Order: sequence, then C-alpha cells, then structure tokens
Amino acid sequence: MRQSLLSFARLILNAIRDLAPIVLVIGFFQIFVLQQPIPNLADIAAGLVLVVLGLALFVQGLEAGLFPIGEALAHSFARKGSLTLLLIFAFTLGFATTVAEPALIAVAGKAGETVAEAGLIAREEAAIDAYASGLRYTVALAVGVAITFGVFRIVKGWPVHHFIIAGYFVVVAMTPFAPPEIVGIAYDSGGVATSTITVPLVTAIGLGLSTAIGGRNPLIDGFGLIAFASLTPIIFVLAFGMLG
Amino acid sequence: MQATVDWAVTLAQTLWATFFDVVPIVATLFVFQVLVLRRRIPNLRRVCIGFAYVVVGLALFLLGLEHALFPLGETMAVQLTMRSQALGGAAQAVGLGWQHYGWIYVFAAAIGFATTIAEPALIAVALKAGEASGGTLRPFGLRIVVAVGVAVGVALGTFRIVTGTPLYYYIMAGYVVVIVQTAFARRAIIPLAYDSGGVTTSTVTVPLVTALGLGLASMIPGRSALIDGFGLIALASLFPMMTVMGYAQLGAWWRRATRRALG
Repeated sequence: MRQSLLSFARLILNAIRDLAPIVLVIGFFQIFVLQQPIPNLADIAAGLVLVVLGLALFVQGLEAGLFPIGEALAHSFARKGSLTLLLIFAFTLGFATTVAEPALIAVAGKAGETVAEAGLIAREEAAIDAYASGLRYTVALAVGVAITFGVFRIVKGWPVHHFIIAGYFVVVAMTPFAPPEIVGIAYDSGGVATSTITVPLVTAIGLGLSTAIGGRNPLIDGFGLIAFASLTPIIFVLAFGMLG
Repeated sequence: MQATVDWAVTLAQTLWATFFDVVPIVATLFVFQVLVLRRRIPNLRRVCIGFAYVVVGLALFLLGLEHALFPLGETMAVQLTMRSQALGGAAQAVGLGWQHYGWIYVFAAAIGFATTIAEPALIAVALKAGEASGGTLRPFGLRIVVAVGVAVGVALGTFRIVTGTPLYYYIMAGYVVVIVQTAFARRAIIPLAYDSGGVTTSTVTVPLVTALGLGLASMIPGRSALIDGFGLIALASLFPMMTVMGYAQLGAWWRRATRRALG
C-alpha cells in the first residue's frame, strides 16, 4: 500500500514535470510579452489539476496492470512460436493501443469539430463523434498494419529506410488527389498515433525481437517500428478522406 | 452548484466513453495470454485495479484537456495575434504581412523546445541510443538536437499558417532533405533518427499545439481552421529527423577533421 502511494506520488511529480515547461513558457509570455491576464484562469487551473491527476492515474494503471503482461507477451511471441502468430499479435497490439491513445482522442475530436464548423458534416454531437471515431479507427488500423509490417521487416532484416522512402513517395503521390480539408489532419495524425501506450509496448516487441534473433544490432533493428507507425496513418487518413 | 453538476455529468459521460476505448487492449491481452498461450493472468486483482485506473485517469485527462490545454493554446494564439495586429494597426489586419507576427513564431519555438527537452519518452530513447551507440552519441546532445528540431518545426508551422502556404510543399521539401541526408548518413543512425520524429510530441503537448494552430488560423484574416489550422504536429515530427541526422553527420565530420589536424 505504502509502496503504491509512493509510486503514485512519483507519477504525479512526472505529470507535473510534463506540464511545467508549458506553464513556464506561457507564464513568461503572459507576464513579459502580453502583460494581460488569461481569461477563466480558475477554470484552467482546475483543468490542469485534472490533467495531472488523470495522466498520473493513467500511467499508474498501465504500469501496474497492462505493461507487465503486454511486455511479457511481446517477449514470448518474439522469442518462440510461429511467425504468423507473432504478426497477428503485432497487428492486434498496434490497433488496440492506438484506440486508447489520449493524444489521438484529443486531435480526432478537434478534427471532428473543425470539419463540422466548416459545414462538411452535420453540426451535431452524434455526427462529430462518428467522424472522430472513424478517424481514430482508421489511424489504429494504420498503426496495426505498420507494426505488423515492421515486425516482418525485422525478421527479414530488410533496411528500414527503403520502406520509409517508398512511403514518402506514396504520401506525396496521394496528396494532390485527396480533398484539401483532410491533408492537414492526415499529416498530423502521423505524429499523434504513437505515444503513451503504444511506444513502450511496441518498443518491447522490437527490442525483444532483435535480441531473440541472433547477430542483430538493436540500434538498427529495435528502432524503426515507431517510424512506420508515424507514416502509415498519413496514407490511411488520406485514403479515408478520399473515400469518405 | 450548476457548474459542479455539469462537471459531474461530463465526467460520467467521459468515463463511459473511455471504458470502450480501453476494452480493445484488455481484450487483446486476455485473448493472447489466456486463449493462445493458455497461461493464467498473474496478479489478476492488480491487473483489474490497473484497468480501473486507466479508465478513470483517461477520463480525467480528457476532461482536463477541454478545460485547460485546449483553452490555453487557443488563448495564446488569440492574444498573441491581437497584440501583433494592434501593433501593426488593427484596421489593416487584412494587409499585415508575415513579418508582423514575430512573437507567434518565438512562442511556438519556445513551446516546442521546452516541452521536448523535458519529454520523458525522449530521455529514455536518448539514453538507450547512447548505450547502443557505444558512447559516440551523447544523450544530452541528442535531446538538445531533437528539441531544436521540434522548435523549428512548430515555428515554421505557425509561419505557414500566417502565410497560408500549402502544407504539402513544406512536407515534400522536408522529405527531399530527409532522403538526401539518409543517403549520406551512417546506417546505424537512420532508424533512430526516423523514430525520434514520432516519439517527441507528448500527450500533453499535442492538444496544446493543435489548439494553438487552430486558434491562429481563426485569427488571421483569410485563413480557414480546417485547411490551414492543422499541420503543426506534422512539421514538429519531421524536423527532428533532419536535426538528428545532421547532428550525427556533423559529429562524424568533426571527428575526421580533428583527427586529421592531430595526425
């Protein structure tokens, strides 16, 4: 009990440390550059407390419950068993972790609101939620595909940059044919797809694999999974815009 | 009182929604652990409590986001543009050139740098990269270089919103630079550089920066939030790749140059 309280205190401190640079920079600009108060300061302060508490609880829950099993599974599938099973596991893990990624929920919600304000979908909560969910599942699908392919690449030992560069060509070729309103959202979704939940579990797969397969350099093979997961969402969301 | 009730209602709704967001992960772990590997779940009680923490934490975070991070980003965009437009003569806000919005770029760069240098995921990656490289990459140097990349990316992104130029051109130019750098980079540094783009923007930074871009686009005459407002995160993920490869290339060049001077 005492130990979990201590670790929770550590996580609260971590969350505060995450927020500190933002508060410092904004405080500096408010005092020295803008010299005017922030409206609704009390509401914002309350919100910041919720962000700190929420993030600390979230990470505490992940570390206590989900990460140990997830990492153990990633290692055991990476070490032995069939390639097919490993690939299915990689896809499911990439998809499932992305659906719960907080930054993606935030950006998809904003995208839904913005699209509704521009009048492209109905300005109702149901329509906005449906758009945001569609976007999130598209990104999750893209991350699942990326991790699956990334694992396959590690097993085969193919160099990462060939595929990334090919992916760039696909993105550049697709963009002129995509509706202009999806382009910004699509390019941003690459950066938000992988974060708090996805990165630790995916890294566990990558590092487990590169240590399990002999004669590999973890610097070359272990990294590179996240790079795929930052690229495929762009392609998938552009396609989502073209089809929708 | 009414406000408290509103918060409680929103919290209940958010809890309900986040429950379903977390179900896929739980289902994945359960299916693979119990049905595929046929193993028991160790510490089942701990796992259940962890699951509850995740749901509650995510709900609180999303609620706080609506009340703090989104309004903060938007407020900063609004106040900084209003100040720039007041200095430039508010009546001609339409005709104001990009050079009048200097504080926006400074703010964007400061937020990008400050949040990245303190980012725990980046610290972890930098330490791992330092170990894996056998000491040729210094972790702190790597963090500075990535933070500079994010700062340049976010600042350039705000410049793009102010000028209303298409994101496509910036991304294309960035890809060309990355491809050229890749051709000359040491093979060991490439995956690390590519990954550094994706891990740098944290869960706290993303909502703030997104709101900043959307707020900025709504304040500059002639810009649409939908077409121009997004893209800050994309550029913030692109530039660290360039600065990390550049750092490694400069380091290699420097070592060669000093060795030649000494020997």
